[in-house]
Amino acid sequence: MSKKGDDIWKNVDKINSELFTLTYGSIVAQLCRDFNHNYHEVNNQLDQMGYNIGIRLIEEFLSRTGAQRCQSFKETVEVITKLGFRVFLNIQPAVENWSSDGRSCSIVLPEPNPLNEFVEIPPTKDLWYCQILCGILRGALQMIQLDVDVNFVKDTLKGDDKTEIRLKLNKILKDEVPAGED
Amino acid sequence: MKLYSIYILNKAGGLIYQNNLDPSLNRLTANDYLVLAGTLHGVHAIAAKLTPTIVGKDSTSTTSGTDPTANNALLLSTGKVQNSNTNKTGLGSIETDLFNLYVFQSLTGIKFILITSPNPILQKQHEQASETFRHLYVLYSDYVMKDPFYSLDMPIKSQLFDLKVGELAALV
Repeated sequence: MSKKGDDIWKNVDKINSELFTLTYGSIVAQLCRDFNHNYHEVNNQLDQMGYNIGIRLIEEFLSRTGAQRCQSFKETVEVITKLGFRVFLNIQPAVENWSSDGRSCSIVLPEPNPLNEFVEIPPTKDLWYCQILCGILRGALQMIQLDVDVNFVKDTLKGDDKTEIRLKLNKILKDEVPAGED
Repeated sequence: MKLYSIYILNKAGGLIYQNNLDPSLNRLTANDYLVLAGTLHGVHAIAAKLTPTIVGKDSTSTTSGTDPTANNALLLSTGKVQNSNTNKTGLGSIETDLFNLYVFQSLTGIKFILITSPNPILQKQHEQASETFRHLYVLYSDYVMKDPFYSLDMPIKSQLFDLKVGELAALV
């Protein structure tokens, strides 16, 4: 059986994954140098870069998939993991740890993670290497009127058992939903 | 169906792109285009308020029939591209003897407006328009969103985008 999002994934332009990994690696390394290894600041910068990507990337996602407004946050997360990650990174993360109110959950990135390959960081550092992903998710969701907090809680690069991103839905910005939807 | 012109509106109703694809069209002043865009934005929103609440049960009333839940379920199960038009209750189209006008709205609130010649085959009009919108939205995401010198919600000045829109219009 073909994986979900296969049809769409086939129709997008692709680049070599190692080139992608190395490019991202050089960006992070350069940021570390630029900010004198102040990893807190590096995380912020990566998050901001991701946010700027996310607010534009959402248009590509919507135009290529034709996804419509989700009726619940659960559905949103399902679309992100099964389609979003699949179309852009060709991975399908697992969703775990739903809170009882259905407003927060964890996305667990599978190994190998295309951003993490060949990467080693000193274990005691504060750096969240893939922080850019949090920014992207936050930016993209904001453009479809969802105010969501996104942050890393675990990273295999730091010796954790898995790479885990925590999502928390703060608010649906109802006033900003464009007129004309159901 | 022949494309006369294309308008793109940001989510506040400001005109960010206008292209007359048919050179024989009378040109308006820049200000008139802005007024026209603003008016359409307003009429679209008013139309959404006028639409009775029964919409959704009556799937024939809008440009694209499927409701969002079914649309997403289908997307997840088949992985096939769906229609990304979220314009359900707003102004969808204006059809006259001299021209047709279609309105497409994305989930992020961007509006694309097409003005075309009337199509002799009535059933095909909406199909063709939605196909054109799909291509146009992909062009927008590729050539406008990925332009590092473009700032969001500002007028689009990309020559590459102009070129691609021209190519699209030639195919329709």
